[in-house]
Amino acid sequence: MIQTTEHKQRKAVSLISGGLDSMLATKAMLDQSIHVEGLNFYTGFCHSGHTSAIRNNRKAKPKRNDALWVAEQLGIKLHIIDIVDDYKDIVINPQYGYGKNLNPCLDCKVFMVKQAKDWMLENDFDFIITGEVIGQRPKSQRKIFMPIVAKKSGADDRLLRPLCAKNLEPTLPEREGWVDRDKLFDFSGRSRKPQFAMAKEHGIEDFAQPAGGCCVLTDANYTKKLYDLWEARGNRNYELDDIILLKIGRHIRPQEHYKLIIGREEGENNFLEGYRYAYTNMRSISHNSPLALIDGEVTAEEIAYCARIVARFTDGKHADNVTMQITSPSTGEWQLNVKPLAETDVKKEWYV
Amino acid sequence: MLKKNGMYKMSQINPMAEPAKILDARRLLCPMPVIRIQKQMKELQAGDILKVFCTDPGTLQDIPTWCRMYGHDILNTEESATEIIFFIQKSLA
Ligand code: SF4
Repeated sequence: MIQTTEHKQRKAVSLISGGLDSMLATKAMLDQSIHVEGLNFYTGFCHSGHTSAIRNNRKAKPKRNDALWVAEQLGIKLHIIDIVDDYKDIVINPQYGYGKNLNPCLDCKVFMVKQAKDWMLENDFDFIITGEVIGQRPKSQRKIFMPIVAKKSGADDRLLRPLCAKNLEPTLPEREGWVDRDKLFDFSGRSRKPQFAMAKEHGIEDFAQPAGGCCVLTDANYTKKLYDLWEARGNRNYELDDIILLKIGRHIRPQEHYKLIIGREEGENNFLEGYRYAYTNMRSISHNSPLALIDGEVTAEEIAYCARIVARFTDGKHADNVTMQITSPSTGEWQLNVKPLAETDVKKEWYV
Repeated sequence: MLKKNGMYKMSQINPMAEPAKILDARRLLCPMPVIRIQKQMKELQAGDILKVFCTDPGTLQDIPTWCRMYGHDILNTEESATEIIFFIQKSLA
């Protein structure tokens, strides 16, 4: 009599950031015949090649969303989840504090793994995988924090980190034999050599390598702009448009209660066009000009002053007279003839 | 004409058919347009057409990638200086 053993197809949900590590961790599971689907969380702070695509206008090399690209390369489905609103509390009140800049990495990891656990339960998956490597990042990937993420997220031993699993206690998928622990890895530390070697072995040549972290909260310039926004508003709340606009244009704050966002290139001007309905905005109609938005409540006098600042960024910066077209969502359109501010009058400390 | 299994063949779908739904994803940076399409698709019937307005040039890469992943067809893409319009047909599978 032939004995048959029924093997249940085990399913893992993988946190796909778009970087190499989560790609390799997923590949390791696919190689063990696990069914994998990817989750990617959109916080609003994610690195986006598209911001630079906007800057470099439409003729630039097309940019891609790395998570989508990685998923397609791996042949798995990717579910992109909007967590913009729920994520605010993580950024504003992180229980474990910030990293070098405004990056709440440990809280962020706990939050994302918890979301993945909820998704796993709803969709009848068996376990969660991440591309974490012990010691790869100074704070969030230290060995002592690994159990915190597993415990606080509620994922417990259904959280498997294939790239460093051999340095950690066996998890449920390993103990149950759903995955073969011997075929997992023992990567640790900041060196990326083992990942590059593994990528080469799998013929993976093209992958994203964001410097410092997987979102703009690790970026000092971005963090400065976010602090500035919070200070000017007197509270730490933000909307998606606020944090998107921090990625675009020059930000110039002549006074605490308003700032100008001035497009730096055609692509940015096009993108800012989409915000004209919500912000008082201006551009020159006598000279080549960027589009500028005013963020904040301003008087007619202040608008006239803004017009002089923006005129400084037009081709008429040395002219005696530049005609600016102003559009206000509440009061309509009008024109102003202004003399551009002198270069030295656009103060360095205004630049956010 | 219906195939035996009740499915239409791609070539039998009129690409000029009226969109069942219009989605305004202007001003949204990727992946938000994809997230909105993802949500909208769940509410459409197989074969329905979704017309999507976008401004992020990144959508030219990401929307086709996402559609390939889920088997949806992009019937047409219209590009102007400031806008990109996609006509996406929900997968028949
Ligand atoms: S770099 Fe950003 S997205 Fe990545 S863990 Fe830290 S806070 Fe989260």
